[in-house]
Amino acid sequence: MNSTVALTPKPRTSRAPLYTAKLGLGCLLVLILLALSLLTGAFDIFSGEEGREMFAISRVPRTIALVLAGAAMSMSGLVMQLITQNRFVEPSTTGTTEWAGLGLLTVLFFYPSASILFKMSAAVAFAFIGAMIFFLFLRRISLKSSLIVPIVGIMLGAVVSSVSTFFALQTDMLQSLSVWFAGSFTSIYQGQYEILWIVLGVVIAVFILADRLTLAGLGEEFSTNVGVNYRRMVLIATALIAIATGVVTVVVGSLPFLGLIVPNIVSMFRGDDLRSNLPWVCLGGIAVVTLCDILARIIIAPFEMPVSVILGVLGATVFVGLVVKGGANAR
Amino acid sequence: MITLKDVNKNYSSEVSIGPVDLEIPRGGITALVGPNGAGKSTLLTMMGRLLGIDQGAIEIAGMDITTTKSKDLAKIVSILKQENHFMTKLTVRQLVGFGRFPHSKGRLTAEDEEIISRYIDFLHLAELESRYLDELSGGQRQRAYVAMVLAQETEYVLLDEPLNNLDISHSVHMMQHLKDAAEQFNRTIIVVLHDINYAARYARYMCAMKNGKVIHMGRTEELMNNQILTDIFETPIEVISTPQGLLACYH
Repeated sequence: MNSTVALTPKPRTSRAPLYTAKLGLGCLLVLILLALSLLTGAFDIFSGEEGREMFAISRVPRTIALVLAGAAMSMSGLVMQLITQNRFVEPSTTGTTEWAGLGLLTVLFFYPSASILFKMSAAVAFAFIGAMIFFLFLRRISLKSSLIVPIVGIMLGAVVSSVSTFFALQTDMLQSLSVWFAGSFTSIYQGQYEILWIVLGVVIAVFILADRLTLAGLGEEFSTNVGVNYRRMVLIATALIAIATGVVTVVVGSLPFLGLIVPNIVSMFRGDDLRSNLPWVCLGGIAVVTLCDILARIIIAPFEMPVSVILGVLGATVFVGLVVKGGANAR
Repeated sequence: MITLKDVNKNYSSEVSIGPVDLEIPRGGITALVGPNGAGKSTLLTMMGRLLGIDQGAIEIAGMDITTTKSKDLAKIVSILKQENHFMTKLTVRQLVGFGRFPHSKGRLTAEDEEIISRYIDFLHLAELESRYLDELSGGQRQRAYVAMVLAQETEYVLLDEPLNNLDISHSVHMMQHLKDAAEQFNRTIIVVLHDINYAARYARYMCAMKNGKVIHMGRTEELMNNQILTDIFETPIEVISTPQGLLACYH
């Protein structure tokens, strides 16, 4: 081994540059998708006054909702994967979404007339409890196989979901349960979706805390060594995930696998430098959910399918792909 | 200087550490040696505040580790444990960059980048700096971790069995690097070592532990003694003087 330092002409920096031509291109593609989303639908928006009104009441809010929900859910997945050190977790494979649903159902039963803000708070609180329970579970089971983790999560989710179903059956709310659960942007319109802006705060917080979250992902000892409070970071991460999941579940419904597909594809191409990956995860989340939503709108037009159906098919395929690939080079 | 006063830790009913009173002087390498289960790693982990102490006090450079803020301690002491597994896909340079976190809080300045480059070069990782950690061999990865704790630029560096899983050539290189780091960068390095001959060759001080207690602490030449080593390891050990220094024979 010789000690001569390679004369690399390129500057040696630790951070991949954030703003690159590629990112610009990605932004452009997402903007085109969003424009398509604005133009897709059963109603002819170019039909004068009525069309313009429809555009403002339904299409614009729907597209904003796609952006916010897509970015927030893909980031929640990313944060959860970092904290648990497992590529297969995200709110829908760990029961967090189901907990948020149970929270919502509880409010619908006890206070049917509750405001959307109250419903949302309950969903967030339940999602937080659910995520904490999952993390506590993880501490108990030894992480011999990375696949055990999502299996435990999915089982936990199934249990919570059966509780919800039983509860709904008993109280004649089965229909509202399935409507809430089938994530769909159909019912997004002016005056109903605005609460979704809250998740913008989550997105910003993840950007600010990027390095600390990565360090927490490297483990308690690594974090402590450089002076980062590990437990506090895990708690903050859980809160961020719970807020994103709770709010999105109340406004849109469940968006299965979104947080799983996007970060994995991004990390396949770019490694795991959280800070420079974040814009990509954001864009990817928006792109995937928008594409799925456009598909959901045209596949059986003039009717619509819940976007969660399309996401489920796509997500399950990628999930199986990851498992097979992970199995091939398991340690 | 690291000072331990009446330090106790009760792991379980059978296993306990202490009471330990110890002073580790500044400068050079101090090797913690002793049989398996003597408590070397536990003591090191407590000095690095990764494990709480039940009784007593540990001071590093005059700062009490239980009352000083963790982020302030991160600027005077760094610790590397022996098992480092994570799935996060980081490049060597990104990992070493995290060593600057206590100083930069994530916003790496040009000066930080220079420091990162310095330690990457110091451990001969320049050609590997943009490779992912999971693509490296065990020895290369170990060097990357050591580069990270060195880049933290703390006066005290604690390493738990840095030679674990390294072959002879890598072990010798690693010890040479550590000795150079102690001298060139004026660091105090405390390592847990299994092989007393590495300690004999590279360490300035040796601290021998047995059953959770410190039995001897002193200059390496003093501890490299037939009687002391035989007692500690409960195996006949003979120290012979060679042109390269003292050598313990136990086969």
